[in-house]
Amino acid sequence: MTPRKRYGMSIDIDKCNGCGACMMACAVENNVPPVPEAANDRKGITWIRVYRVDNHRAYPERRTAYVPVLCQQCGHDTPCVHVCPQQAVDVDPETGIVGQMPERCLGCRYCMVACPYHARYFNWWDPAWPAGMEKTLNPNVAPRMRGVVEKCNFCHGRWHAAQQKAAAAGKREIDAADYVPACVEACPTGALRFGDLDDPSTEVAHDAARPESFRLLEKIGTEPKIHYRSQRDWVRDIANAPHPDGKDQHRG
Amino acid sequence: MDREFIARGLQRSSPGRFLLWILPWAALLAFGLYCAGLCLAKGLNQTNMDNRFAFGLWIFLDLTVIALGAGAFLTGFLLYILKLDELRAVINSAVVIGVVCYSGAVSALMVDVGQPLRSWFTFWYPNVHSMLTEVTFCISCYLTVLLIEYLPIVLRNRKLRDVPSFLVFEHKLHNLVYVLAGVGTFLSFFHQGSLGGLYGVLRGRPFAFREGFAVWPSTFFLFILSAAAVGPSFILLTTKLVETLSRKRLVRPTVYSLLARVSGLLLAVYVLAKAVDTLVWINRTSPGHGFLASQYYSWKPFGTWILFAEIVVFGMLPALVMLTPRLRAHNGWLVGAAAMACGGVALNRFVMTVQTLALPTLSFDSFVSYYPSWQEVGTFLAVVAYGVLLYSFSFRYFNLFPEERELRLEAAVHEEESALAGRY
Ligand code: SF4
Ligand code: SF4
Repeated sequence: MTPRKRYGMSIDIDKCNGCGACMMACAVENNVPPVPEAANDRKGITWIRVYRVDNHRAYPERRTAYVPVLCQQCGHDTPCVHVCPQQAVDVDPETGIVGQMPERCLGCRYCMVACPYHARYFNWWDPAWPAGMEKTLNPNVAPRMRGVVEKCNFCHGRWHAAQQKAAAAGKREIDAADYVPACVEACPTGALRFGDLDDPSTEVAHDAARPESFRLLEKIGTEPKIHYRSQRDWVRDIANAPHPDGKDQHRG
Repeated sequence: MDREFIARGLQRSSPGRFLLWILPWAALLAFGLYCAGLCLAKGLNQTNMDNRFAFGLWIFLDLTVIALGAGAFLTGFLLYILKLDELRAVINSAVVIGVVCYSGAVSALMVDVGQPLRSWFTFWYPNVHSMLTEVTFCISCYLTVLLIEYLPIVLRNRKLRDVPSFLVFEHKLHNLVYVLAGVGTFLSFFHQGSLGGLYGVLRGRPFAFREGFAVWPSTFFLFILSAAAVGPSFILLTTKLVETLSRKRLVRPTVYSLLARVSGLLLAVYVLAKAVDTLVWINRTSPGHGFLASQYYSWKPFGTWILFAEIVVFGMLPALVMLTPRLRAHNGWLVGAAAMACGGVALNRFVMTVQTLALPTLSFDSFVSYYPSWQEVGTFLAVVAYGVLLYSFSFRYFNLFPEERELRLEAAVHEEESALAGRY
């Protein structure tokens, strides 16, 4: 079945200043519990992670950029969907969004091993909110339990809310303005844009077609739906496989 | 009382000595169960795995243990289907090793998943495209087959034989051995293969990704071959070890020679296939995905030495030793080669699991490392201790080596003859 929509995102790396507002907004929207200071891959979950990259040159030629990495919503042979033994990951044919069903997840973590973009997170710990903070939880999103995997789903709660709003108004189609993921809304520099990649009138479709646009690890054939762009050659080079001399690059 | 359970004509240590042997293993098992209990009760935060190293020690060792346990299906296949009758001498031991390896690995996997109580979901909502589904189905079915194969060994126990219905049941089960051997071989092919497929299908991990035939990547076939190659080596090693520890002769030298020949031959085929596969991967598959194979080996400590060790040192060399009659006739060479073959399969499983995850995929990502926590090590030690205990009890109370009695009589006659010769 071909998706009726093919939601995707464009990210202007030249605009991203690494402030992390997207990470924060995402966590609040999707009930991702706060993490201790200096959280690492064991302690923290973040559906969108801002990496800091540089051009491997010494000062004064050193340049830095920030790359937000979220689930790339792989559109072809989606690795995580393909490997999950119990269909806890699926692609919504209506939206093309790769969804995660934590209630069905076994916690085998095979999907994490399969994901080339390290965009999946396991609940190593019981989710916990400081006393009182649980009152701020988003009622439209179910918190996940220990022992299951989660990841970005383009704010599924918002998609449902937009659908309900459209249905209440007797419309079959949602209004594009009603469905915007939290990170896109929060980005102060407007580096993130969201929309239907199959609709040529959308900004995101236009961005994706720009010559300076690229996708991460395009050659492995996963057809990601996150389109990055930059005017700088060295930044566009991050799309490719790791290079041994890139060992000293930092992780955000 | 204990004596009555030990088969006639077999010599076993006194109950006191046996107790002394099993006590430390029982203590280790208790410690390991405590570790596993911690992981189950408190969660996988007790391990040192993280979001980048989502598979760790357990998966590496499970894959290794399952490969080593392949001797059970291969021996059954060679004995019952290809009629290599000499292998009757080790078939019971091979079945016990199979039971130990598979049940141990499945138990470790139950601790390794975040929601063990949902394991049945895989049978209820199976994703037929997932290699893990294939693994789950085949391993559960094969473990059942192994348990059915183990049952007659238990029922043939001297004391249990006194119950007539057990004897009838055992006889009925025995008639099934040919069917079980066939089914076991079929299932083993698929699960050994799909364990290889687990990694070979990962297009997101170009270090592991391989092209293949139909839905199966080449690692599917390489895992079958390598497991089949080391299975007999592991049986050889364990039998030698039991002989040494119990100070008894359990099988004739021809059996060792046959096991070594089978192992050596399959290992040689495997090494050849692995070499071709590596060349295709270096020259076509990996660069086709934008990854130069050379860069994988520039992240220390995983230099090209690991590839060399896998193919030449732990593959080609032991294969040559086991295929050379003069060398394999020598105990030291034989045991050394079998141990190296087993080490080679462990190294291969390590490369597939640990090196695959350590290597970065994104250009701005870093090489990551991981050390297992004591809870992870402890949980695995529980599997080892459980294996030793199950094998020890089986060796004591069941007739694992049908030639043992005969060899003992022969040795006694021989001793008497030499004594007589000395007198006259
Ligand atoms: S980026 Fe990872 S989690 Fe997202 S669709 Fe692709 S494989 Fe799945
Ligand atoms: S961890 Fe969950 S979502 Fe991922 S493969 Fe396993 S069962 Fe599927």
